[in-house]
Amino acid sequence: MIDWAWLADHVPALLYRTGQHLYLAAIAVVVGLAISFALGVVAARRRRLYPPFALVAGLVYTIPSLALFAALVPIVGLSVLTAEIPLVLYTLVILFRNVVAGFDAVPAEVREAADAMSYASTSRLLRVELPLAVPLILAGVRVATVSTIGLVTITATLGDAFGGLGFFIYEGARRSFPTEIYAGAIPTILLALALDRLFVGVQGRLTPWARRRPDGAVPG
Amino acid sequence: MNIIAETAAWLSDPASWAGPNGIPVRFAEHVGISLASLLIALAIALPAGLYVGHTRRGTGVAVGIANVGRAVPSLALIGLVLPITQALDPANGFSLYPTIFAMVVLAIPPVLVNADAGIRGVDGEIVQAARGMGLTERQVLGRIEVPLALPVVLGGVRSATVQVIATTTLGAIFALGGLGRFIVDGIAQNDDGMLFGGVVLVGTLAMAAEGILAALQRRASAASSGPPGRAADRGVAGPPLPDIAPYG
Repeated sequence: MIDWAWLADHVPALLYRTGQHLYLAAIAVVVGLAISFALGVVAARRRRLYPPFALVAGLVYTIPSLALFAALVPIVGLSVLTAEIPLVLYTLVILFRNVVAGFDAVPAEVREAADAMSYASTSRLLRVELPLAVPLILAGVRVATVSTIGLVTITATLGDAFGGLGFFIYEGARRSFPTEIYAGAIPTILLALALDRLFVGVQGRLTPWARRRPDGAVPG
Repeated sequence: MNIIAETAAWLSDPASWAGPNGIPVRFAEHVGISLASLLIALAIALPAGLYVGHTRRGTGVAVGIANVGRAVPSLALIGLVLPITQALDPANGFSLYPTIFAMVVLAIPPVLVNADAGIRGVDGEIVQAARGMGLTERQVLGRIEVPLALPVVLGGVRSATVQVIATTTLGAIFALGGLGRFIVDGIAQNDDGMLFGGVVLVGTLAMAAEGILAALQRRASAASSGPPGRAADRGVAGPPLPDIAPYG
């Protein structure tokens, strides 16, 4: 059932696609985190802005990923942007909520104490509130990263230049060639699981004071 | 403007609604796959989540299953299962099972985590009072914990439903059924009207499901928390944040 010769021939291609997968995912998460952080800081202070942001995020998440990638092609053409715009939008759905929830989790007394110690607004944000918001923000980054690894596979529908490991799943399906499907599917699954474990480790390292939530309810 | 006109033209073309590739057939496939997957996932995850939440036993296993289920990309999962179901059942294996299998895996984590978290979040004193009044454990769960946890539990069902409806489209990449076919075929045939028509149909279905379940959740919320406007309703998103993540 498995064509080992094909696999042996395609080791460089597999490595290249793995790299592409990580690269496409990393851009999306980093850009998404930067945007979410900016929006989240604003929304955590101006509460009235939260509902419209949350509404837009909720709408994005009802759009199927396959549709969003495909829909962008006639509008923005075919480039890395076509892949990254939806990937970033989907990370916003997760990250924005978690950034806001993270800042909300900072006790009011802590903020008042910081004010009393005459922290300026920016340094209070960065040196007092941010460290306390880290556990929830990191939980969001973890979910966003793993979700993005899955979504990158869908970019294969945009063309051969995209898709990361999803390229093999897509091409294998077109050629009805199980070996190639597996060559894409199994490493994708392992990649997602490995990154999930990695972030659990990072969470433990960065927030030794925060015991892991026993129920594992991720954001919140 | 051009795209909107093309989409409207495709949606209003009688040919789009006829035949084995027509909107009604694909719509029924999409709803059927989504519904079957959700029912299977509910049958597995709801009792499991309620059990774990009530007894506090097996939490580690539940968290582990939820994390793995959340991490596994759906497209990869469909690809993984496809050759197997094809070999086992050449007649039907190709059309339904791979997508349903992947969608069950997708739907289990939010239902499981929210059922557990909802039950766990019920005020311990209320549960103790119920026990003190002589309720059996089963009655405590059925009469006290489940009604109070219902908004959170439904929140899990809601995110699972929307995720499943949106993600069922992926089956189309493997030429499986569902509304995703219009998207994939639209790309392949360079037919923007069909492509965006498919997008509109899936989006409408997902939003309709989201609207219905959100309304149910609000009703459950009003019933379980007394007069509206309490802290939980004013909070950012209520505890806990719904477990949402778009999946590939």
